[in-house]
Amino acid sequence: MALSQTATTRAYVATPRRGPVTRLLEDERWLAALLLLPTVILLGLFIAYPFVKGVLLAVTDSRVGVPGKFVGLQNFVALWHDSIFHVAVWNTFVYTAVATAFKLALGLWLALLLNRHFIGKAFTRAFILLPFIIPTVLSTFAWKWMFDPTFSVINWTLYQLGLIHSRINWLGDPDLALISVIIVNVWRGVPFYAISLLAGLQTVNPELQEAAAIDGARPWQRFWHITWPLLLPVTMVVTLFSIIQTFADFQLVYVLTGGGPANATQLFATYAYQVGVGTGLLSEGAAISLAMFPVLLVVVIVQLLYIRRVEVH
Amino acid sequence: MARVVIRDLNKKFDAAHAVKDVNLEIRDREFVVLVGPSGCGKTTTLRMVAGLESITSGQVLIGDRVVNELPPMDRDIAMVFQNYALYPHMSVYDNMAFGLKMRRFSRGEIEQRVQEAAEILGIEDYLRRKPRQLSGGQRQRVALGRAIVRHPQVFLFDEPLSNLDAKLRVQMRVELKKIHDRLGTTAIYVTHDQVEAMTLGDRVVVMKDGLVQQVGEPLELYNTPANRFVAGFIGSPAMNFATVQVTEADGALWFANEGIRIKLPAKIGARLRGRVGEQVTFGIRPEDLRIASGGDPTELGFEAVVEVIEKLGSQILLDVKVGSSMMVAAVEPTVRAQVRDRLRLTLNPERLHFFDARSEAAI
Amino acid sequence: MIEGAKWRRWVFFYIPLGAFVVWLLFPFYWMVVTSVRPDSELYRPWMAPNYAPFWTAHPTLVHFTDLLTGTLFSTWMLNTLFIAGVSTLISLFCGLLAGYALSRLKFPFAGSLGTGIFITYLVPQTLLFIPLADVIRNFRLGDTPWALILTYPTFLIPFCTWLLMGYFKAIPRELEECARIDGATRWKAMVYIVFPIAVPGILSAGIFAFTLSWNEFIYALVFLSSPEQKTVPVGVTSELVRGDVFYWGQLMAGALLGSIPVALIYSFFVEHYVAGITGSVKG
Repeated sequence: MALSQTATTRAYVATPRRGPVTRLLEDERWLAALLLLPTVILLGLFIAYPFVKGVLLAVTDSRVGVPGKFVGLQNFVALWHDSIFHVAVWNTFVYTAVATAFKLALGLWLALLLNRHFIGKAFTRAFILLPFIIPTVLSTFAWKWMFDPTFSVINWTLYQLGLIHSRINWLGDPDLALISVIIVNVWRGVPFYAISLLAGLQTVNPELQEAAAIDGARPWQRFWHITWPLLLPVTMVVTLFSIIQTFADFQLVYVLTGGGPANATQLFATYAYQVGVGTGLLSEGAAISLAMFPVLLVVVIVQLLYIRRVEVH
Repeated sequence: MARVVIRDLNKKFDAAHAVKDVNLEIRDREFVVLVGPSGCGKTTTLRMVAGLESITSGQVLIGDRVVNELPPMDRDIAMVFQNYALYPHMSVYDNMAFGLKMRRFSRGEIEQRVQEAAEILGIEDYLRRKPRQLSGGQRQRVALGRAIVRHPQVFLFDEPLSNLDAKLRVQMRVELKKIHDRLGTTAIYVTHDQVEAMTLGDRVVVMKDGLVQQVGEPLELYNTPANRFVAGFIGSPAMNFATVQVTEADGALWFANEGIRIKLPAKIGARLRGRVGEQVTFGIRPEDLRIASGGDPTELGFEAVVEVIEKLGSQILLDVKVGSSMMVAAVEPTVRAQVRDRLRLTLNPERLHFFDARSEAAI
Repeated sequence: MIEGAKWRRWVFFYIPLGAFVVWLLFPFYWMVVTSVRPDSELYRPWMAPNYAPFWTAHPTLVHFTDLLTGTLFSTWMLNTLFIAGVSTLISLFCGLLAGYALSRLKFPFAGSLGTGIFITYLVPQTLLFIPLADVIRNFRLGDTPWALILTYPTFLIPFCTWLLMGYFKAIPRELEECARIDGATRWKAMVYIVFPIAVPGILSAGIFAFTLSWNEFIYALVFLSSPEQKTVPVGVTSELVRGDVFYWGQLMAGALLGSIPVALIYSFFVEHYVAGITGSVKG
């Protein structure tokens, strides 16, 4: 019996001397504290602390280089009466609602199309994510160039097709500007929706669809009664995420129109930038940014509740 | 090699009291099996011995040393998991060498020990493969090998054969027994399968709802179960139970219900003397029931109607109706019986079991 | 499959799919064409008779050379690479540790901390940028890459943590338990057993973090002022516009070059990207 002879090499077995650090890290709670420390520090310093500062800023009258004194809700009252702010609020809601609706609808349609088998599927799937991958600012410039009233290729195409007879000022016409910006946002967001919903679609058991088809259900019915309910969790998560990002969007509008013409595309974020950084009225800018918070909070809470409910099931 | 002592061990998960006052002494080189239904506390007890679960109260001693506060790595134990728990990103060799590397063994020693264990288990050819390239049985051997190389004081097994198919399970059972005989290391083995318990254990511990029901050698549990639960858990097919009334007549003790009326032999009669007029639970194993022949005394038999016949080849199981309840009799394969036949069964008077109707303890 | 006649397939499948692909990819084609088009062709109004948008007869690399020699573009590229790289490393480090703690360890306030980290992911940069600019100034980090390297993790870490938690949860606990019985400390079990198995997740998280860093705009815009410090998105936006004149050729060349690092990584790791998106959405 070979093993019994190694009894004498048991020197390793005696309780090894464990240093105090090792012993401490064996305790789940201390280990967790250490592991979470870097994250907590970074997030605390650069999110929690600025957030509190933002609230404090919003209730004072600071400017760049001039510390302010406490003024209560004066900034918010001023915003309440500020017509540009009204426009920004309206624009942001319209922008978010319309863009999200289109992103969801088009993304879903694209996901359904991609869910079939065809030659070049992998390639196609890879390429259509590009609008999401390429830095927003850079692709937005391409759109800006495409929208340029004098040099627009879109105008040329529409003209050649006989659909228009004079120039369309996509970004300079106050009635069109918001629509143009929405188009770019939708262009950017559809791939993300499509890929996420595609992933969701692929978890739907095809046997369910087949059983329904045998039962006589038409494609639209199959979709509505079987696929859609199973897709709902993914849809909810993606949509809620997207709403937050779209509501707080800055880059797109900044590059395309800067908020104009005549505030036609002014959003919370661009207005806050204009007031806080552009004109140096820090407190008022902070107030505008903070005004986004209630809406975002509601969306976050809805999302958390939804996730909790799904997890429980 | 070492003995393991479990003293007044308790485990509470918030409100649930999973392990209650367990006391066990596992002798050096002994193979002890903890068996019981799901949720009985056997796995929790094992995990407390391993150090994977904290101890609410009580003590665990390995080799006469209290290990309550020691992390698993310092307890000198090895464990084989139900799902093998092989490190998927390492080869078989590295899987087996991992523990030794953690303990700073030299390259040469590791090589020697791994080869030794691989030979014992017949897996020398797989040392360079990754776990995903192995079958279930091979993976289980690697898991065993990983435990063996450590030369621990105690082996712990957490239902290691449950994931194998039936045939493989029987094969591995035999192998495990051979390995234990060869290595002689103390072992604690957890399973829900009473067949594994009976065939592998030097002693068997039956648990239910966190409490130890009985500890003893397999045959002891089979012949003299301490309570109704152990009686019904050990042995397959399970023991038949019936509620009966103890009466006195003609100077002897009888027990009866609507289907049976049996005269108690004198020896057993002494145990039930104090219970005349009471109801008790009566138990008889299917293998202790036989079709009555002419010479059998009538007061040791009863009438029954055949409802289902299960032919197993080595024996026939008759599901019979006795009075208004069902019983199972395991009889010779040569018996000819048909459904709806009325027959007379006789029982082995040496093998009657009685349990208190309320406490369920054996009488 | 779409049942029925071939025309149905064309109407309901090929045409819509084709339309989507064209719509989604055309701007990039436009970027490429514009960047190689000489200025004389570039500034031809669309109503002019010789407007030929979809190709150019005289491709030129002059915009690229002007960009690389006449502007600080290469500096911006290096800045952005540096910032994105270091931010990614920091976020992966924090995300790995935090993800492990939240998915594997039991400790008081675990639930609240997890929710807290999740919530910070939903706080948009546009809400914090004004007070954060103040904080950056107080720490004397203004106009240095460190202003971004330390602030980008605020939105990268929650994402990495969340993604990695999903991967960790799929790794059976028994592997760590076995490692601990074999002789490993909790720390060693985490590093030698759990992390190696989670490598696909680490790759996904890293790639995503890099892309998100590269894409960030408002912090870079507000915290950096000197042209030598700027990142590609900010540099292209602010420095390639002189007065009211947009140098479209260079702009498009810059946009193209600025997209290359991200596009390259993407092309090698498409599966990991998709896994990252689906993981974050399902988790």
